[in-house]
Amino acid sequence: MTLVQFLLLSSLLFSLGVYGLLARRNAVMILLSVELMLNAVNLNLVAFEAWIRDAFATGNVFAIFMITVAAAEVGIGLAIVILIFRNRATANVDDFELMRG
Amino acid sequence: MGSLTRLGMFLAEEGGEHGGGGVEAGITSGWAVENVWLILVLPFVAALLIVFLGKANEKWGHRLAIAMMGYVFFHGTWLWILTMTDGVLYEASYVIGDLGSGFAFELGWVVDGLSSMMFFVVGTVALLVYIYAVGYMKGEIRYAGFFSAISLFAGAMLVLVAAPNLVQLIIGWELVGVASYLLIGHYWEEKENSSAGMKAFYVNKVADVGLILGAIMLSASVGTFNITGILDAAEEGAGELSSVAVVGALLLFFGAMGKSAQFPLHVWLPDAMAGPTPVSALMHAATMVTAGVYLLGRMFPLYEGLAADARPWIMLIGGLTLFLTGLIALVQWDLKKILAYSTLSQLGYMVLAMGAGAYTAGLFHLFTHAFFKALLFLGAGSVIHAVHSNDMRDMGGMRKPMPITYWTFVIGSLALAGIPPLAGFFSKDEILAGLTHAEGPSTAMVLGIGIDTFFFWTAVFGAAITAFYMTRAVFLTFHGEYKGHGHPHESPASMSAPLVVLGVFSVGAGFLNVPGVFTGMTKWLEIRANEFYEFHPESLDLGVALTGLTAGVVGIAIGWWLFARDADTQAERDRLHIPGLYPLLENKYYLDDFYLAIVAFIKGPLARFIDWFNGHVIDAVINGAGLVGVWLGRAVYGVDQKGIDAAVNGLAGAAGASGAVFRRAQTGRVQQYAAAFILGVVVLVISFVFVL
Repeated sequence: MTLVQFLLLSSLLFSLGVYGLLARRNAVMILLSVELMLNAVNLNLVAFEAWIRDAFATGNVFAIFMITVAAAEVGIGLAIVILIFRNRATANVDDFELMRG
Repeated sequence: MGSLTRLGMFLAEEGGEHGGGGVEAGITSGWAVENVWLILVLPFVAALLIVFLGKANEKWGHRLAIAMMGYVFFHGTWLWILTMTDGVLYEASYVIGDLGSGFAFELGWVVDGLSSMMFFVVGTVALLVYIYAVGYMKGEIRYAGFFSAISLFAGAMLVLVAAPNLVQLIIGWELVGVASYLLIGHYWEEKENSSAGMKAFYVNKVADVGLILGAIMLSASVGTFNITGILDAAEEGAGELSSVAVVGALLLFFGAMGKSAQFPLHVWLPDAMAGPTPVSALMHAATMVTAGVYLLGRMFPLYEGLAADARPWIMLIGGLTLFLTGLIALVQWDLKKILAYSTLSQLGYMVLAMGAGAYTAGLFHLFTHAFFKALLFLGAGSVIHAVHSNDMRDMGGMRKPMPITYWTFVIGSLALAGIPPLAGFFSKDEILAGLTHAEGPSTAMVLGIGIDTFFFWTAVFGAAITAFYMTRAVFLTFHGEYKGHGHPHESPASMSAPLVVLGVFSVGAGFLNVPGVFTGMTKWLEIRANEFYEFHPESLDLGVALTGLTAGVVGIAIGWWLFARDADTQAERDRLHIPGLYPLLENKYYLDDFYLAIVAFIKGPLARFIDWFNGHVIDAVINGAGLVGVWLGRAVYGVDQKGIDAAVNGLAGAAGASGAVFRRAQTGRVQQYAAAFILGVVVLVISFVFVL
């Protein structure tokens, strides 16, 4: 297993995430895409840690931080989406343009 | 606070006809003279307390006033007795405040022959009037308020009399004016009465301007308000005072003309009869109208010396007053108005005497006149109280129901007419003698004869007129048939007792100064801090005395002939229809109309002219100034609108325009933001990797 294989997988996952983020209209699907991008980054961090054989396991620590932050983020994100859905009976982000200038 | 006692310097008595100027005073200290402040304060205490007594007033108001005035009477009499026995000379001044430029505001009192005579007269007459008023005012409206105001009146006069400086004199002077306004307008529910009060106040205010200007002029030139100081300077005759003395003295006299109701400022006095009769009695006898004569007496050393040139004018005013107002009394139907015009006439005598340099004669007449005029007014009030009318056409035959009033009124009338041995004879004779012998302004001429001689005959003629109108008043009031309604009866004891006391004074007061026999009054009045010369006859001048007496007798005889013989046709006979003269007198020389015309001119044409001037000249100036302002404003407005506002608006417009462009970026769609964000990241990555 070489570093490059991990990086290719990570790039693939990240690109899928970006695609989903830009292409999907459903807010829940967008949140899932964001999760995909975050996990792609996590894979990158762990792969580089293993490659440089870091004595302090910095990559792993960062990955765990990010999983925690991502969990909190998705919790808040889903709560917002549910509230919007309750008020407007839709989860389509194209309808959420109240902030238009 | 500092006390200052001045002792006068005296020359030995010169004796002879023209001697004068001071008798050595024996008393210069002692409890009575050092505590004159009691006299000055107590009437004000009474006036104030009565106001705050409330419901207790009906019972205690008049008692309080009488108690206070009783003390004033006691103290005043004490001082007068001291003057008569030893002679008192004392002056106290307490510095109250600093007026700057070396002037101080002082209050205090002077006790000398002149002021103790006034203390005695004011105390006696006021006390008797108070007692009389208890009966007269019983049940009248504002009974207690009347006693409060009359206490203020007497107190103000005492402050004036005691004044050691011109400031205190003016304070007392003005307080007298205020109190007289309150008392004349006592029955203010009727417009006429309140108008009379205002008229008195206004006319006096006009004269007060003269008093204040004169006081300032004299004081400023000497550097003190103290009267003794001013008179000392006048005695020396040097410095600035000599240049302003005559004008200052004339201005002071103008002030005196208001209070002492001299022609042509006398118009307020007859209307002042609107007040209750006790007020008239007090006003005409002891307070108010005597103030002007007192002022002339107080400043006499000035008039006698430096300001001798002012004296012909004083004689002229006094002579005119005594003659012209005496004539008006002939045609009056109102009993009180006859007495009012008679007071004017007698004040004319006093002023004439002062002008002629006969100091004792003028003040002696003030002294005797106070008693018999108070008596006459109180007698008239007694009759008015009984018949409820002032008009003599409602009276007649009052002799039988009112014997005490009748006899005392007759005594007063005879005293006024100058019949010996009553008081008026001696004082009037003294004035006539003064006019024949006075020195000083005798070079002035009137109608081709010396001013002294001219006014001597005027005074003699005036004496005849006095006797005539008093006889007419007595006959129309007390003789003939009763023409009124109801049943008049004698007044209560509180009213008749003062009449009797005043009657005794009217009989006896004249003996205080009989030339050649007993010249007490002359000596007492000369006890002053300043020396001066005045005329007083050495012995009784029989010719003068007989002339005056003849005038009085002739007046009475004419009155008797016209009004006593046929009681029923009195009213008809009284109409002495002399064409031209009668209407002139009845309309009081049209003076009131003249003053009204002046006021009407001010209110009418003058006011219209001022209105026109205001509308066309002053307004034009103001409008012009306004237009300039408008033009300036427009210019500034233009700069503001086109310069400053344009810049500000331009900035705002620029901000708006740029906002309109950039707002399009704010679509509100999160995915567009995300796309832009990612695009930016891609650009950054490319630039990092390939460019840097």
